[in-house]
Amino acid sequence: MIYQRESFLNNVARQLGRSRNISVRPERNWQFRPQDKTLTDKTPDELMNVLRDQCRLIHTELIETTSSRLAEILEATVHLYGGGPISLWKDPRFTEFGLDGLLKETWPLHNVEVNEWDPSCGRENITQAERANIGITFSDITLAESGTVVLFSGAGKGRTVSLLPRSYIALVPKSTIVPRMTQAAQEISRRVQAGETISSCINFITGPSNSADIEMNLVVGVHGPVKAAYIVIEDR
Amino acid sequence: MAMKIGEGKFKENVNKNMEDTFMRGAVAGAQERLRTRRLDAAEELGNWEEWRSHGEEIRKHVLDNLDYYLHELAENLQKRGGHVFFAETADEATGYIREVVNANGGKKILKAKSMVTEEISLNQVLEQEGCKVIETDLGEYILQLDEHDPPSHIVAPALHKNKEQIRDVFSDKLDYKMTSKPEELALHARETLRQEFLTADIGITGCNFAIAESGSVGLVTNEGNAGLVSDLPKTQIAVMGMERIVPTFEEFEVLVGLLTRSAVGQKLTSYITALTGPREEGDADGPEEFHLVIVDNGRSKILGTEFQSVLQCIRCAACINVCPVYRHIGGHSYNSIYPGPIGAVLTPLLGGYDDFKDLPYASTLCAACTDACPVKIPLHELLHKHRQVIVEREGRAPISEKLAMKAFGLGAASNPMYAAGSKMAAAMMKPFTKNDRISSGPGPLKAWTEIREFPAPNKERFRDWFKQHEKGGGEQ
Repeated sequence: MIYQRESFLNNVARQLGRSRNISVRPERNWQFRPQDKTLTDKTPDELMNVLRDQCRLIHTELIETTSSRLAEILEATVHLYGGGPISLWKDPRFTEFGLDGLLKETWPLHNVEVNEWDPSCGRENITQAERANIGITFSDITLAESGTVVLFSGAGKGRTVSLLPRSYIALVPKSTIVPRMTQAAQEISRRVQAGETISSCINFITGPSNSADIEMNLVVGVHGPVKAAYIVIEDR
Repeated sequence: MAMKIGEGKFKENVNKNMEDTFMRGAVAGAQERLRTRRLDAAEELGNWEEWRSHGEEIRKHVLDNLDYYLHELAENLQKRGGHVFFAETADEATGYIREVVNANGGKKILKAKSMVTEEISLNQVLEQEGCKVIETDLGEYILQLDEHDPPSHIVAPALHKNKEQIRDVFSDKLDYKMTSKPEELALHARETLRQEFLTADIGITGCNFAIAESGSVGLVTNEGNAGLVSDLPKTQIAVMGMERIVPTFEEFEVLVGLLTRSAVGQKLTSYITALTGPREEGDADGPEEFHLVIVDNGRSKILGTEFQSVLQCIRCAACINVCPVYRHIGGHSYNSIYPGPIGAVLTPLLGGYDDFKDLPYASTLCAACTDACPVKIPLHELLHKHRQVIVEREGRAPISEKLAMKAFGLGAASNPMYAAGSKMAAAMMKPFTKNDRISSGPGPLKAWTEIREFPAPNKERFRDWFKQHEKGGGEQ
């Protein structure tokens, strides 16, 4: 429902000294477009360097590996962060990147609790994520400049997997890395303009949560994760 | 808390706050750090002036086409199952929110930091309904626990408090037993608030920028609290000032980058979230009901006037972080939730000159604010414009200024009076003069010299000097 729009917007138009426009999309003739020349000339390897440097500034561990070693590296990282319970997305990429063995055999064998996001279980997913020591998701788009993973929510892709657990691990296929938020915004806008339904929650996550509200001292880990790691996977 | 946060007169506030040495030290230190971080971030990005110009042209374009974009935003959000309420006044906004809360049997309400909800006194309205309202931004949470101490900065609201004071508040209200270490304090807040998040009925957030093309609400935080406020409760209400909107994700990106760099010197903050309506079919978290409240509350009266550019503001506080006046008097002196240069321009426009006519004078017109603004609002020019309006249209110049101008008018109107006056000036001011400066002047000079010195009249008048000079020149 939309309430009181007519009178409200008629007044806005009157203040602007013209009649109301609802039909003609205003022309956006920007004189300046600095984003077109910011980091756009970088090669994938150069972007990797940008991402590596940025992760140091945002208190995020960056680990680089190949598809074949991913399971081993993920297992070690989870161990380092104190083990389970683990909360993760129900996402075909876990299978594509050869992680089924780890998820379905190795961890259960070692009594590491693994909870996959299951929409049919409703709110139980949130309870599990809240109990989890580590949340794991893939990154849908990765921004080199700011060290950001972009997550699109969806049926198997709960919003809170990246937010409620004490530590967060993002799996970053190297092919998802783009220069900066500009490219992610262009992609999302393209989907909107093409009439696609975008996720109800798009999260741009940059390292662990933090606050400087007490005497301007940086405290890492406030409402969201206290620790964060990105595992970049060579996939191209 | 309404926009107005105190009853004291501006000057009395200033006198009181100037005595608060911790606050003044904290403000100076914070300004220094935030200013440096912003400058470093701008330099690292490169082409900063071009980015500012782009930010400015986007904001101007949006204001000039505000009716179109708000219409589009509402259409798109409705398509995604969200409800949109256009509120002309604060009462309309809080009335609608109260209805939504009651219809959902809301008792416990969690909030993420939002200036516009402060402006419309939302917490008081909901508390009167018997709701428990909990602020989740760490700074806001501290202030709320401390008997609703008002914010003193729009990005770092608890800037004026030291960690010992915060520890005392926590021990008093939360039975906290640890030290004043920020890490321990923050951890305690995390644990206390986590339980509240999981049991809340309603989540209320602000909106940094709405995105018209998709009907989305964009939120910017570092703590992750806005995410939890919108993901966990069954019902979400987002409240936005009507000017906080962009056409598409592409402009959203530009303004978010300007905001995070200008506010805290980060390329992006830890959490930037774009929310589009309620959860989709099959989602297991996110709100089942989504409401967006678009607030005018005096903003439309600024459109189409000489002050329109103030609505370009993206609430980064860069102007506050460079203001020499704010540095000395602190945020509470302004009596408004919007302090500093932006507050001194915006508050009288939203709240009227009756309560806030002193604020445009709380500036040296040094223009540091204008230079710092990432969307190029000519803040010092707007402050000057306010003064013109106050004197010319409202006839409300400060009394000392009126007296001084009257005296000068009398003295300067006739040649003999001016000659006599300027001859006597130096002699008359002699008792008040030390090293060619006057530091406690009489009469109309009193108000000026209470806060700064005034140069003593020169012993030799310009007229006399000029006569001598002419003579000398003639002899050569």
